Amino acid sequence: MANVPHPAPPRPQPPKPALAPADAGAVAGEAMTGAKSVVRSLESVGVDTVFGIPGGAILPVYDPLFDSSMRHILVRHEQGAGHAAAGYAAATGKVGVCMATSGPGATNLVTAIADANMDSVPMVAITGQVAEALIGTDGFQEADIVGITMPITKHSFLITDPADIPARIAEAFHIASTGRPGPVLVDIAKSAMQAETTFSWPPAHLDIPGYRPITKPHIKQIKEAARLLATARRPVLYVGGGSIRAGASPELQELTNLSGAPVVTTLMARGALPDSHPQHLGMPGMHGTVAAVAALQKADLVVALGARFDDRVTGRLDSFAPGATVVHADIDPAEISKNRFADVPIVGDLKEVLGDLVAELEREQTQHGQPDLVAWWNMLDNLRDTYPLGWTPTEDGLLAPQHVISRLGEISGPETIFAAGVGQHQMWAAQFIRYQNPRTWLNSGGLGTMGYSVPAAMGAKVARPEATVWAIDGDGCFQMTNQELATCALEGIPIKVAIINNSSLGMVRQWQTLFYEERYSNTDLNTGHETVRIPDFVKLAEAYGCVGLRCDKVADVDATIKQAEEINDRPVVVDFVVSRDAMVWPMVAAGVSNDDIQYARGISPDFERDE
Amino acid sequence: MMSRHTLSVLVENKPGVLTRVSALFARRAFNIHSLAVGPTEHPEISRITVVVDVESNPLEQVTKQLNKLVNVLKIVELAPHASVQRELLLVKVKADDVSRTAVLQVVELFRAHVVDVTPEAVTIEATGGEEKLQALLASLEPYGIREIVQSGAVAIGRGAKSMTDRALERINRPA
Repeated sequence: MANVPHPAPPRPQPPKPALAPADAGAVAGEAMTGAKSVVRSLESVGVDTVFGIPGGAILPVYDPLFDSSMRHILVRHEQGAGHAAAGYAAATGKVGVCMATSGPGATNLVTAIADANMDSVPMVAITGQVAEALIGTDGFQEADIVGITMPITKHSFLITDPADIPARIAEAFHIASTGRPGPVLVDIAKSAMQAETTFSWPPAHLDIPGYRPITKPHIKQIKEAARLLATARRPVLYVGGGSIRAGASPELQELTNLSGAPVVTTLMARGALPDSHPQHLGMPGMHGTVAAVAALQKADLVVALGARFDDRVTGRLDSFAPGATVVHADIDPAEISKNRFADVPIVGDLKEVLGDLVAELEREQTQHGQPDLVAWWNMLDNLRDTYPLGWTPTEDGLLAPQHVISRLGEISGPETIFAAGVGQHQMWAAQFIRYQNPRTWLNSGGLGTMGYSVPAAMGAKVARPEATVWAIDGDGCFQMTNQELATCALEGIPIKVAIINNSSLGMVRQWQTLFYEERYSNTDLNTGHETVRIPDFVKLAEAYGCVGLRCDKVADVDATIKQAEEINDRPVVVDFVVSRDAMVWPMVAAGVSNDDIQYARGISPDFERDE
Repeated sequence: MMSRHTLSVLVENKPGVLTRVSALFARRAFNIHSLAVGPTEHPEISRITVVVDVESNPLEQVTKQLNKLVNVLKIVELAPHASVQRELLLVKVKADDVSRTAVLQVVELFRAHVVDVTPEAVTIEATGGEEKLQALLASLEPYGIREIVQSGAVAIGRGAKSMTDRALERINRPA
């Protein structure tokens, strides 16, 4: 436990007041540099925070940025800027903005952009590019970032004419935030920043004739979905991250209550429906609950809502939900019937889809009455009772990671935002924290980016300074992006970090235990109990101007969490020294059928037993 | 069952659009048989004709994924019976004093043209569907083919309707 006095970190300036609504002040033909036009465009589109690092090709923008009403947060690595922008976006639904210079600055954003693309996070990345005359000559710090990110962005622009700056930036924000959200890259040649231009806002028109997201669902399909939902005997609502992005939780709750159907929320949708809701069976998929997995496998109707039938949910695709008719609602038509054929495809914004579906289902039920789901619920309740989430005590006397994470959730409470890294701790955080609110669970679901949590927590805390934000991280993940603790300490962003330190790359180690005869090739990190502790996370935290705490006894867990909860003037890092032998259960091994889920090692539930 | 489909894709005439389209095919593991791109009657619009070998469900994925590209304006599948499809072939064939007459007879038979002649070879230009061009090549084979260059297919729907009209409306009507 660290009690050495800390130098008081510089007080952050209070967050600048939110800008007037976008487009409030129309401007016509004001003369300025392209760089200034970039800053004015970002301000005008409503940006309040930018995460970034300056460098040669973006330098002109950083000069007017110095005087801007926007808050710029100087990160220590561009990947941190990208994940922070994603965390900011995921916690609020607003577009996150990151900024980097050309070449290595831009390529360092690539992981975060790919991450945002997989998880449909609204984000705009602004990168400097070498001067137009140098493009294509292998100039210093030149990288074709538009080309590099083409497969991992929703769209991208290269600006060489300063007159295009306002329109392209407006288009970027429009594309990033509408339809299926995603990252948009705006690469701006340094020559365009330095040239004189005129700035007008709003731009005359958005030149994106090929972009027309469909938000209004087709009533015929809604009626058909309502009819199926009213008559199914074994329905299940399979809710994905689209429900969070669409802000559709109130409508989801209505549909849940009205239909009486069981609900499963995927890794990306945790919090979309409160975990306390009696019809909520938890998370489906590779590490889902037995009841959630069984509900999908035995369903006669699967209503997929903003979900994409990811392989981590379906297991072996040809044996997924074999008896189910599928209703699939998504804002992205390309997701529908991509992996699993949809009998009833619905393209539209989930908020509208659910609103319409509730209305139609009410009509169906007035005519035909409520469906009888008693037998279905008997079976599922039995599975819930027989196979609840749980864990076995550790045998090495070290903390059970599941216990630490459960207590974090219980002590910190349902208003807290949790941001996880990737691996065992992520799965436990998805399983053992009871989420009650949307946008309180941030994680890297699609790309599975180790290193997501610290910068994402930072971004969330900037966006929601009144909320408690915990990064739940692994000792492996933490070492990938912990440099952002410096940013947090200096910028006055008091996040809390729980390192679930099992001294190894835990999920890989679990697979080595299960599938590679306990041959632990390159998974030992030497950060834990009875190791050399390189690095010592407590000392590392202190070196970064944070409070560092360590907890290795079960009796101290609650007190340590409470102590961390009370520190709000600087970031806190808690090193929870946990057992390395704890494993994530239940588990469906990769590539096998969901029917072969194991509740714990060697224990296969029988779904049918009590049917 | 693999089958061949011809898609006409109207795109904005902007830098990088062809890259976006072709990279999409590569990334999603769709198999391009041929691809041809060129201007249309409207300077803001280019037209890509892409011939793909796919199963029926993936074809739907191809069009949906293409439609997600911001620069793509419109996609139409052109069925063989309802469209005209043409490829251009240039082929250099050995032709000396002994064989030249026979080669020229083949050219005439296929309504092709000779576009260059030397004492040792002739260069022949032919247009047509894939079958006709394959038949021409088979007929020329015995004389010795020196070099072939061939375009991807271009295709247009039969009848009076134009697929560019509505796409153009969208361009002219600001979003």
